[in-house]
Amino acid sequence: MDFISSLFTDFGTQILSSVTAAFAIAAIGLNLHFGYTGLINIGQAGFMLIGAYGFAITGRFTGNFWLAVVVALAASVAFALLLGIPTLKLRGDYLAIVTIAAAEIVRIVGANQSLAPWTGGAAGIPGRDYQGTFIDLSPLPHDGILQLGPFHYPYSQGDSWWLRIVGWGLVAVIAIIVALLVRSPWGRVLRGVREDEDAVRSLGKNVYLYKIQSLIIGGAIGAVGGIIFALGQSVQPDSLGRSTTFLLYTVLLLGGMATVFGPIIGAFLYFVVFVGIQDVVSATVPSSIMNQQQVPEFIYILVGVGLMLLVIFRPQGLLGNKKELAFGD
Amino acid sequence: MEHRLARLVRPFAVALAAIGIAAGAVFAGQAAIADTGSGPISATKACVTDATTGCVAGTLRDDNENGIKGVEVTLANAAGESDKATSDADGRWAFKVTTAGPYTAKLDPGTLPKGVKASTTSVNVVVTLGQLRPAVFQLTGHPAGSKNTTQATRSGGRLVWDQFSQGLLLGLLLALASIGLSLIYGTTGLSNFAHAEQVTLGGMMAYTFGIALGLNIIVTTIIAVIVGGVSGYLQDKLIWAPLRRRGLGLTQLMVVTIGLSLALDYVFQFFYGTAVKPVSTEVEHITGPLDLTPTAYWSMLISVIVLVVVGLVLTRTRIGRATRAVSDNRALAAASGIDVDRIIRLVWIASTALAALAGVLYALVNGGIQWSTGVQLLLLMFSAVTLGGIGTAFGALVGSLIIGVVVQMSSLVLSSELKYATALIILIVILVFRPQGILGRRERVG
Repeated sequence: MDFISSLFTDFGTQILSSVTAAFAIAAIGLNLHFGYTGLINIGQAGFMLIGAYGFAITGRFTGNFWLAVVVALAASVAFALLLGIPTLKLRGDYLAIVTIAAAEIVRIVGANQSLAPWTGGAAGIPGRDYQGTFIDLSPLPHDGILQLGPFHYPYSQGDSWWLRIVGWGLVAVIAIIVALLVRSPWGRVLRGVREDEDAVRSLGKNVYLYKIQSLIIGGAIGAVGGIIFALGQSVQPDSLGRSTTFLLYTVLLLGGMATVFGPIIGAFLYFVVFVGIQDVVSATVPSSIMNQQQVPEFIYILVGVGLMLLVIFRPQGLLGNKKELAFGD
Repeated sequence: MEHRLARLVRPFAVALAAIGIAAGAVFAGQAAIADTGSGPISATKACVTDATTGCVAGTLRDDNENGIKGVEVTLANAAGESDKATSDADGRWAFKVTTAGPYTAKLDPGTLPKGVKASTTSVNVVVTLGQLRPAVFQLTGHPAGSKNTTQATRSGGRLVWDQFSQGLLLGLLLALASIGLSLIYGTTGLSNFAHAEQVTLGGMMAYTFGIALGLNIIVTTIIAVIVGGVSGYLQDKLIWAPLRRRGLGLTQLMVVTIGLSLALDYVFQFFYGTAVKPVSTEVEHITGPLDLTPTAYWSMLISVIVLVVVGLVLTRTRIGRATRAVSDNRALAAASGIDVDRIIRLVWIASTALAALAGVLYALVNGGIQWSTGVQLLLLMFSAVTLGGIGTAFGALVGSLIIGVVVQMSSLVLSSELKYATALIILIVILVFRPQGILGRRERVG
């Protein structure tokens, strides 16, 4: 019984967590790219990392919260333009190749010791260097801990209630904005681009421009996810690497592409399943067979296999519509 | 196909073993952590910090940056307790201490080799438990026989030449790895993001059989290449062929390769951990006209021969012609009696076997293999195949050589980690000005 109650506490902790919110936000951005426009962006973690670096470095040196947010978004827009302009006129897999490469470059350059005065090198930027301005914005008490049932977090400091409120608030706001966007005439053109580029082109629309706009908006949303991720912990290049992008694809495919709630439900599902397996494995498999470090590695293997099975057998995920998939040939 | 490769590799691998390959002094050092004392200060071969241990360590080098062996260093605390360490072959010495506070490290000038002088013989350090405190002795001069191996002191032309030869080596290994990527793309249209893991697989097999099981390098290389080929065979049989029959779209297949890549990354971490695994235990010195280690020369030779054979197979044999026919037009190839599925399976086997060979050689040249080794190369591989013309085997070769040399030369002006950024810039420039690559054809671009 203890195991069950601790399992549900872990579920709750994970669902509330700012990391889950950050993943949900980044997955909404990816959904705009991949689900609605059919752009194969395999570098969403790169957008997150760009956002996190832009925010943390600016925040650290200027101490201005809003300037830091603007710089983070501007950096992600520049990144989208850099990747989009050369590739979006070409066939889809060129974008895939360039985004996966560019995301990796951001990580490698960020971890590079020669840039350590700005990026902190491989160790990254500790949260306390840039979280101050965010904490100052909090209407909650600055110090102290609030306990609600089994969940107790600081009001405003570090990985706090304040961050959870802002994170999930942003998930809601961004989901609504994206829902309105994709229902607008603009959004219908995006779907048209996904279904049949030539048909859209024959209607006199500039397909290239629409794709770039989609890449920019989805990338900026990814950068917001990166900021939330960074506010909860620190900016570490290796924590937003290639596998983060792959996990975002898992989140998106679990929930359902080209749906408003897909990425959010997907993030819940993904983390609940992850924590569930983790708890069960930790409780049942002796450490002589699998040590503490190997448990998450084992689960990531399952996630990879799960992603393969998902895309083969249920590409529409939980909520999606099979006719609305970017998987046309 | 992997048979042909294995036969090809065998004679060179024999020669490799005869030469005695090598690379990982670091690992040998790590393996031999031995304490010589038990007091508050004790000399040790390699100091590991923990909550109750602090470290004082340093490396003695002459002005050619070669380690100086056999120099005695004494560490003492304020209470007068002390221990003495002797620097190892790489010039390293280390103490572990169990109390925090000020310490004095003294170097015995009498034990320095002739020609080396110490401008400081005493260094004060303040130790914090759980941390490593470096102590630096300024040394000048070098003993007779100390070769100038540092790049910093080399003349410009020499440095350029060094980077060029390193680039050539990288380019050849890259070509081995990326020809498969390009062939798979050519015959199936699939960008295989899990190709990086095939390279890592080769290196991991080199570690497993060469180090963990202690087999010799010829046998190890052959086994690694066979394991690679078998993995390609099984993949095609169990995953890709059924999915082709199911009629899955290319985008969907690409996401499948992403899932596979994620799973394999963590399979490597699960079984091998995240640290670098050594694939060789000997130390080598650079030699010859290109300033490379003997292993590197052998690796280049093997690469060149394998690449030539692959080229001959593609242009002169029935199977090779059939492969190119499938790349050009699958439907037409099928209509003219080519068994497309069989060709694709052969391509998978050959591609993964070549990637495994690249992984073994890369690991040998670079001293070790890590779960992320292939992932880092993937970037360069994609740049190379795009530059050369995606889907063309010879394009991958040309692209790899250019990327290898340019990327390596760029570290003349950039920090060596940033060389990957150079590859990305090349990739973007190529996509802007000539998206089909050097040898590619326009209609592939879409």
